[in-house]
Amino acid sequence: MFSFQTIIDNLPVLAASARYTLLISGAGCFLGLIFGALICVAAVSRASAARAFAGVYVSFFRGVPLLIQLLLAFYLLPLVGVNVPALAAAIFTVGLCAAAYISEILRGALNAIPRGQAEAAMAVGLAPRDIWTRILLPQALKISMPALVNELILLVKASSLVTVVGIVEITRMSQAIASATYRPLEIYLTAAFLYLAINLVIAALGRNLERRLAW
Amino acid sequence: MMEFDLFREYGPALLRGLSVTIFCWIVGTACAMALGFVLALVQRGVSARPVQWILRAYVEFIRGTPFLVQLFVLYYGAPMLGLRLDAMPAGLLGLTIYGSPYFAEIFRAGLNAVPVGQIEAARAMGFAPATILRRIMIPVMLVSALPALVNFSIILTKETVILSMITVPEIMFETQTMMAETFAFAESTLVLALFFWVFVETISRIGRRLERRATHYLLDRS
Repeated sequence: MFSFQTIIDNLPVLAASARYTLLISGAGCFLGLIFGALICVAAVSRASAARAFAGVYVSFFRGVPLLIQLLLAFYLLPLVGVNVPALAAAIFTVGLCAAAYISEILRGALNAIPRGQAEAAMAVGLAPRDIWTRILLPQALKISMPALVNELILLVKASSLVTVVGIVEITRMSQAIASATYRPLEIYLTAAFLYLAINLVIAALGRNLERRLAW
Repeated sequence: MMEFDLFREYGPALLRGLSVTIFCWIVGTACAMALGFVLALVQRGVSARPVQWILRAYVEFIRGTPFLVQLFVLYYGAPMLGLRLDAMPAGLLGLTIYGSPYFAEIFRAGLNAVPVGQIEAARAMGFAPATILRRIMIPVMLVSALPALVNFSIILTKETVILSMITVPEIMFETQTMMAETFAFAESTLVLALFFWVFVETISRIGRRLERRATHYLLDRS
């Protein structure tokens, strides 16, 4: 029989583990924005070495499954002498992976900004750095807001994979509870609806933000 | 230090894993596409409110939850409802369900892009609805939908590694077995990562080429 009691009993613990899901996806998205902006600048730069680096970076992080990237960070970093806690490694990896996608999103948005703006800024003598941080990136961010909200939702779902490096977020916690209560159906469905709730809230906040940012 | 000799010893197992990966990818993608197409047709053709609501809820649920959790529900949870699946069928069913809303969305957009005049003309000439679908709507739809179809199929290659979490013996699972037996964690993961990088790059190149060729052909005919 389907046991609602199991769900009610375990919901608080499961919901509490959502903070790790939110931390990993939120911090990952933030890191992704910073690295993504840098990669994007490199991708459209005039230096061919920077363009090549951006190309390889994007191709690697989009070509290798995140699950493997996480294991790579987990096993390879200690081997080269970097000892960081699993949580930090997970956030960092999710961030690096998100950066590849975000850099492509930003690059697409850059195309929507009239070329004349950068040229005008150059003509009045703005330094390249100011052109980027004051003119191009703020507008690119605004234009790509819907895609970025979508990326955050993808990251919330992707964060379930950090289970493999032992961080107790929603999925890992539901595994533990499922094997303790022998109620996998109820517990995993509850976990699924938790993710769904988080994503619906993010989507609603995103729509709100878009309306506010509208020109 | 790094011991790459292992790959000679474990070669056969890894190759078996690779063939399972490719099998799951092809069958899973094909089934997901088929289900997605049916969903798109239902969404377009059946206007009954309850059907639309159910469809909407299905799409929201599948797109709002992680693939991993969906697999856990199917593999560990479904037996409580009497649906007992082995790892492989559960994995294939999981891929089918997970991919279907995305494919449905692609097909829906493609079908909407078919000029209404062409459908009306076919109807005026007395084509049966099934013929209109097969001879007019699908070919025209494919031209606009193909890039997105290829793109999402490539994304699904990467999702197949998640099947290892429910013990489908694909390449990631075989690699993890090798790691557990030899403790060669770092080099195994590194090789697996490089392998996937090349694999996905190659598939996307081939996909883009096929896509160009196919759309050229279809464009010439229409």
